[in-house]
Amino acid sequence: MAVVSPSATSRQPLTEFLGGRTRAGDERSLLEVSDIVLRFEGVTAIDTVSFEVGPSELFAIIGPNGAGKTSIFNCLSGVYRPESGAITFAGESLIGRRPHAIAKLGIARTFQNIELFANLTVLDNLMLGRHQHIGYGPAAAMFYAGKARREESRHREVVERIIDFLDIENVRKAPVSMLPFGIQKRVELGRALAMAPRLLLLDEPVAGMNLEEREDMARFILDIKEELEIAIVLVEHDMGLVMDIADRVLAMDFGRQIAIGAPESIQQDREVIRAYLGEQHESRGGES
Amino acid sequence: MRGRPLLYRSYEQDGGLLNTAAKRWWSAALLAVLVWVPFQASPDLVLLLATAAIAAIGAIGLNIVTGYAGQVSLGHAFFLGVGAYTAAVLNGDPAARSGVVGYGLDMWIWLPAAGLVAAAAGLLVAPIAFRLRGLYLAIVTLGLVFIGDHIFREAESLTGGVGVGRKAAAPELFGFSFAEPGTILGVPLARDQGLYFMGLIALVIMALFARNVARSGVGRAFAAVRDRDIAAEVMGVSLRRYKIYAFVISSFYAGIAGSLLYTISRFLEPGTFGLLLSVQYIAMVLIGGPATISGSIMGAAFVTLLPRLIEEVPSFVPIISGEAAGGFLTTQQLEQFLYGLLIVLFLIFEPRGMYGIWARARNYWKAWPFSY
Ligand SMILES: Nc1ncnc2c1ncn2[C@@H]1O[C@H](COP(=O)(O)OP(=O)(O)OP(=O)(O)O)[C@@H](O)[C@H]1O
Ligand SMILES: [Mg+2]
Repeated sequence: MAVVSPSATSRQPLTEFLGGRTRAGDERSLLEVSDIVLRFEGVTAIDTVSFEVGPSELFAIIGPNGAGKTSIFNCLSGVYRPESGAITFAGESLIGRRPHAIAKLGIARTFQNIELFANLTVLDNLMLGRHQHIGYGPAAAMFYAGKARREESRHREVVERIIDFLDIENVRKAPVSMLPFGIQKRVELGRALAMAPRLLLLDEPVAGMNLEEREDMARFILDIKEELEIAIVLVEHDMGLVMDIADRVLAMDFGRQIAIGAPESIQQDREVIRAYLGEQHESRGGES
Repeated sequence: MRGRPLLYRSYEQDGGLLNTAAKRWWSAALLAVLVWVPFQASPDLVLLLATAAIAAIGAIGLNIVTGYAGQVSLGHAFFLGVGAYTAAVLNGDPAARSGVVGYGLDMWIWLPAAGLVAAAAGLLVAPIAFRLRGLYLAIVTLGLVFIGDHIFREAESLTGGVGVGRKAAAPELFGFSFAEPGTILGVPLARDQGLYFMGLIALVIMALFARNVARSGVGRAFAAVRDRDIAAEVMGVSLRRYKIYAFVISSFYAGIAGSLLYTISRFLEPGTFGLLLSVQYIAMVLIGGPATISGSIMGAAFVTLLPRLIEEVPSFVPIISGEAAGGFLTTQQLEQFLYGLLIVLFLIFEPRGMYGIWARARNYWKAWPFSY
């Protein structure tokens, strides 16, 4: 099955659709997290953590299993509500906002355990990423004419650019549950990109991947940062990857923030080394 | 494009409803058969098919909320009832001495009104429904059926009350009656044929609307809410909004179906809209195939035609009796038993329903003779 772009000659680059910087204001930091605390019965998942992420910065969060990395993402995307502290994104407070409202502000994410819509095709998953940019309602959908039809074509165009970018043309119409793990991770990245976010949260994007898949994914992440100029917060256990691509790194252990700074300084940090050595001794280790 | 039927030149074409030559041919052939059938079959079978077509509209409605959006609703009978009574009241004879209200309005008013009033009822209930899911939602909507049943029985000025009932709406559109012998385009039609075409036209329109919703951003959002609600919200889908949409659209379909359904029997009895009716619609969705429009139609046809098939059973299975009392099983008991059994069997062996069986058969023949 072949799909030819209707205007193959006037192909706009992906940046036209998704550029992060072009829409950003001139704020010094895009995201500001200050002193957030999140507790579950008996566990303090996040214990007074603060950091800032600048526009088009690649900010990494590292730490042993259970350190509270995913919990931070859940607070940022509105799935959990921190007990105290403040989170502002592009000048707006995120505390108490529903996840869909936060998505609308321009935050997209991927999940540690892939959360694709398994019954839907790759195309439909990516089209769902466009959801907040869809401006027609159910009544227009019933007729599928005029506005609805035009919008669907326009969003399809954006989604096709992303499919090109991620090199997944050949699985466009496959239900995602049929795809290998590595490709599913890529589709999930595509779905987040389709939201045209200003900030992208990536939760362990290369976990469970082989070396080649890791390198592809690292390439995509760098392209997103450099070409699309979208700010990224990356949670990852692969230290090599983090130290190679991150601008700054936050290290956590047991919910606490133990160090923050440039990758080189984090690698030298004694507390960080202890957290990771301790991890090896007590074999709390995740993937190496 | 000759010789390259699968090359699409635009995304619109690619996403079209009849996007392959095979689909176009099959649809044309199916339509021809559907037009031909009422001139061949016996009048009572044609009426049954008309009933099936209208029931299919209701089944599509339930499928939107339950199959597409994943919200189990046992309250469908209530919305069918709201549609049926809205139509009957708007259409009823204002001068009738029976004591029930009537406004003598035409079908072009009562038909959309039945859908809209049912949708409004859905909108009233939706805020309770969207907070719940799964079993809790099923129980709340079950309560809705009981409350509705009670209201229909008690509101005698609207429904005539138990044992009395009232006339259903008469399908008269701009002076043309589908329920009386007449001619369309010079072709003479008997009562059963008129009702059949009314049901068929309504079904085709409503099925197209539903298909459009399903392939639009709204349908995708329904599927997202059903499959992974947290991920859906993080993608920007408002759970509240889309659960309400699904509920309201589903109620609209039920209202339209309810208003048309009783133009066939001509009579409305308040006891009709109970749990059993809801269960029949659940059976249509589960047997036909959740989250498919064609499945809803197959399921509705099956559930509507099943009693007719079962009536034939006593003639060759002696222990099953056609009489109310006597024999080991009555046909009515057998019918209910079969609904239950079929739902269970489909859930276990073919969760995609009759649609799934059809899809497998189709794929088998597509690959023929390399099928294994
Ligand atoms: N919904 C929840 N209920 C109870 N406890 C939770 C919940 N979510 C997280 N936790 C706890 O909070 C702590 C931090 O978990 P989190 O998932 O944020 O860690 P993580 O840094 O992402 O770990 P990993 O590297 O294994 O993904 C853990 O002790 C975890 O058990
Ligand atoms: Mg985690």
